[in-house]
Amino acid sequence: MSVKAWTYLFVGLSFCLYMFIAWRSRVRDTGGFYVAGRGVPAIANGMATAADWMSAASFISMAGLISTMGYSGGVYLMGWTGGYVLLALLLAPYLRKFGQFTVPDFIGDRYESAIARLVAVLCAVFISFVYVAGQMRGVGVVFSRFLEVDINVGVIIGMAIVFVYATLGGMKGITWTQVAQYWVLITAFLIPAIAISIKLTGQPLPQIGMGSPLVGDVAGSGMYLLDKLNLINADLGFASYTEPFTSPKWGKLNVFCVTLALMVGTAGLPHVIVRFYTVKTVAAARWSAFWALLFISALYLTAPATAAFARYYMIESIQGRSSEQLPQWFANWEETGLILWLDDGDGKLRYSARNDNEVFRSGPLSRAEIAELASAHQLWINSGASSVDPRNRGKAATTSGADGRLALRKKGLSGPDRDIIVLATPEMAELSGWIVALIAAGGLAAALSTASGLLLVISSGVAHDLYFRLINPAASEARRLAVSRATIGVAVVVAGIFGIYPPGFVAEVVAFAFGLAASSFFPILVLGIFSKRVGTIPAVSGMLAGIGFTAAYIIGNRFFGMPAWCFGISAQGIGTVGMIVNFAVTLGLTPFFSPPSTQVQDMIDRIREPEDAPPAVAIETASEH
Amino acid sequence: MGTNGSTSSQYWRANVRLMLGLLAVWAFAGLGCGVLFADTLADLRFWGFPLGFWFAQQGAIVVFVALILVYAIALNRLDARHAIGRAQKPQV
Repeated sequence: MSVKAWTYLFVGLSFCLYMFIAWRSRVRDTGGFYVAGRGVPAIANGMATAADWMSAASFISMAGLISTMGYSGGVYLMGWTGGYVLLALLLAPYLRKFGQFTVPDFIGDRYESAIARLVAVLCAVFISFVYVAGQMRGVGVVFSRFLEVDINVGVIIGMAIVFVYATLGGMKGITWTQVAQYWVLITAFLIPAIAISIKLTGQPLPQIGMGSPLVGDVAGSGMYLLDKLNLINADLGFASYTEPFTSPKWGKLNVFCVTLALMVGTAGLPHVIVRFYTVKTVAAARWSAFWALLFISALYLTAPATAAFARYYMIESIQGRSSEQLPQWFANWEETGLILWLDDGDGKLRYSARNDNEVFRSGPLSRAEIAELASAHQLWINSGASSVDPRNRGKAATTSGADGRLALRKKGLSGPDRDIIVLATPEMAELSGWIVALIAAGGLAAALSTASGLLLVISSGVAHDLYFRLINPAASEARRLAVSRATIGVAVVVAGIFGIYPPGFVAEVVAFAFGLAASSFFPILVLGIFSKRVGTIPAVSGMLAGIGFTAAYIIGNRFFGMPAWCFGISAQGIGTVGMIVNFAVTLGLTPFFSPPSTQVQDMIDRIREPEDAPPAVAIETASEH
Repeated sequence: MGTNGSTSSQYWRANVRLMLGLLAVWAFAGLGCGVLFADTLADLRFWGFPLGFWFAQQGAIVVFVALILVYAIALNRLDARHAIGRAQKPQV
């Protein structure tokens, strides 16, 4: 069976499974729709949270990102896992005890303010839309790479699938499909990683293989993998793989700020927080935070190992080879434009960080543009202007054709596409075709599970917080459910349109989502639980100051060429400063304004009490005997 | 607050103490060993890894998982103890 046939089979089977689960878990009330009737067991919620959290980017791009970044790639590993500690210790149990349906619910009730609720809803919906656009695009990309379907058709298929199971089952349907999606994606990720670990180091555990010496008939046998990688990187002119703080962009302060911003942002992301509303008890909320991070760590501890293995093996198997000697996977992925080779005329491939680099990627360029560039490059080689002899360089102006390497370098397209690290690993490890197909199903599972969780946040934000709590508090249960379903439908379509016509600044906007979550939600949720003194006005001012600062810095820096004046902290890391601004403004203003009402103070006491304590208000009345 | 105010505030103090302790470990392992001291730890070898690199890409995550496990066990125990404590006290 061909790889393509296997891919159709796996993708088809997994989609049928998701549909079946959706049909089995359809719901009839808003409790089921928003929080799965609070009946999800802790371990299942852990899996669902893990699938919800690990997006197309975690699955397809993260290992590749780490393999080019080396040590600095740790900011994503630590940032996207460390946030769960904050979530488990500071937020999840208390928000579960509070009950209700959404994050804006807590903010609105705790701070007794419609404005606070409105700001929270707008942030939640914005963050989720930013994220979901990337997921829909991810679905399209997986379809186009593995099945040679047009990206837009892929996006539409993805939209249809999510639409069915999200509107039918709401949170309940989403939860149980996410559980299934977790297993699809983790299996797809682990098998190639284990295979390549055994091939290179003889160790079945990639985490151990990463720190082991290389074995077998590979170059550098007997040397520790990471030492060998450092040598290769030094030879090719790249920064050391394991040495920290090698580039000015990733200095110590910036690494610190980006890590902290991602951690705090993770803890403040609404689609992750709401998952903890779905379990039965507070104890289960604590346990499910543990299960979630354990399941997430299965991928996050493996990704850096895959990154190191694949980088080493990729370079070893292409460097200095002629076109006949290149491995088969190179030809396969050359077709998709993830990796391109523009020779300088010596017939041997050279990958380096210097100007003599011959390995590129097509990036946003179309097939026609690449073909044109390649034929001009061929003409340029044939004309002899490419000769290694520097005296011949001047000839290039007078001969036909053009050095394609120069053009691609100017466009910033040096080196292979980072996604190739995950996508080509099964072929590098010489696994059979069905494993490659499994990667496609895994990538789709990762994208769809995250997309559905985000769509639910958008739906509950609009239908519950905006419509029911602010616009029409008299709405009936049936009407609210209908509005929720309609909102999810509209949200799917909008997300799909973003996927088909991606805004050119998706990467920038993702930094924005984390910065916003870090500077808006996290401080005011933590203070809302751990302080009985912080009142409405300081909290709303702090939230607006945090958002305002972070938004102005990111927009100014990314779109208007404003220098990173704040100690050189990048847009990704500025959420840390935004969070400090929020805390500082809120706590600074608190002494000048009145504390929250006794009702709210009782509510805070109630969420702080051990699990089975009766509600604070009931105790008050009972004591008046 | 109410009749069992002392039980509740005892419970809350124990909870906050534990939480602050665990957060200190969190900051030390992740932001400390993984980032702030990573260049110092880079000279130490841990098997085939430079130690700073290992913390940033492996160690910190393992510590994070362990921290949540400790918190879940300890707090659920604390909950149970206080639930029993309250049940034994005569109701007002």
